[in-house]
Amino acid sequence: MIISNMEEIPGKRVVQHLGVVQGSTVQAKNVFRDIGASLKNLVGGELKSYTDLINNSRQEALQRMKREAVALGANAVLNVRFSTSTITQGAAELLAYGTAVVVEDSPNG
Amino acid sequence: MGNLSLTFAIDFGIPALLIVFAFFTGTIVERRHFRRIIDRENELRGIPAFAIRRIPKDLALSHPKLVYGSAVISVDYFKKFAASLRAIIGGRLGTYESLFERARREAMLRMKDEARRQGGDIVLNVKFETVRIFSGGGGAVSVEAMAYGTAYRKNHAGAEIH
Repeated sequence: MIISNMEEIPGKRVVQHLGVVQGSTVQAKNVFRDIGASLKNLVGGELKSYTDLINNSRQEALQRMKREAVALGANAVLNVRFSTSTITQGAAELLAYGTAVVVEDSPNG
Repeated sequence: MGNLSLTFAIDFGIPALLIVFAFFTGTIVERRHFRRIIDRENELRGIPAFAIRRIPKDLALSHPKLVYGSAVISVDYFKKFAASLRAIIGGRLGTYESLFERARREAMLRMKDEARRQGGDIVLNVKFETVRIFSGGGGAVSVEAMAYGTAYRKNHAGAEIH
């Protein structure tokens, strides 16, 4: 499965478009991590636990998108975008979407 | 009377102390972070990143792979205080500008790191995304910056293209 945010893949051509696929997760923060975060809000700096938390859920969103693409019979997802929105204080939705396609090797590169 | 001045000291003294404390820690943390960013940017100079949507004709690239990196950076108490003052008179919020810059440059570095781990030589179609995150109590704000793009391997002249 090729995942890319470009519209084309070098050396391949798109033979079939299968439509938009998406995957999303809604993530709430952890109260215990918040204790560390409020300390960091005083002195400043990176909130490592938040970075990891968001990264993990983004990874999961990508996985869900991929699964949807596989279910459609795609072998690539092109023009992938990410979008994030905070829902309430302490929760965020992470979305990944793109176009599922079938690609095959193109003789003239 | 003594009671009143004690209340005054607690109500204004403690926040004032925190602001001074946060000014020093925040400045140190920020300066250190920028130094680290510059060092790693020099180290990763070999993996250029572009915000272009098409592959330049003279480049033979292969193995596309989506890569991304992100960082959540928190404001400090001083920045928050300075921002609330600024909100009254308006104008550029320098203390927050540096916050976004740090988060974005850090995210870009992590994206390039990921590209390197995946064997990439170049990253195209780089996009940024920034989200405000509420964290801690008292409506404290931190920002998440994310950078993503497609990493490619460069095929050297003469090699066949896949």
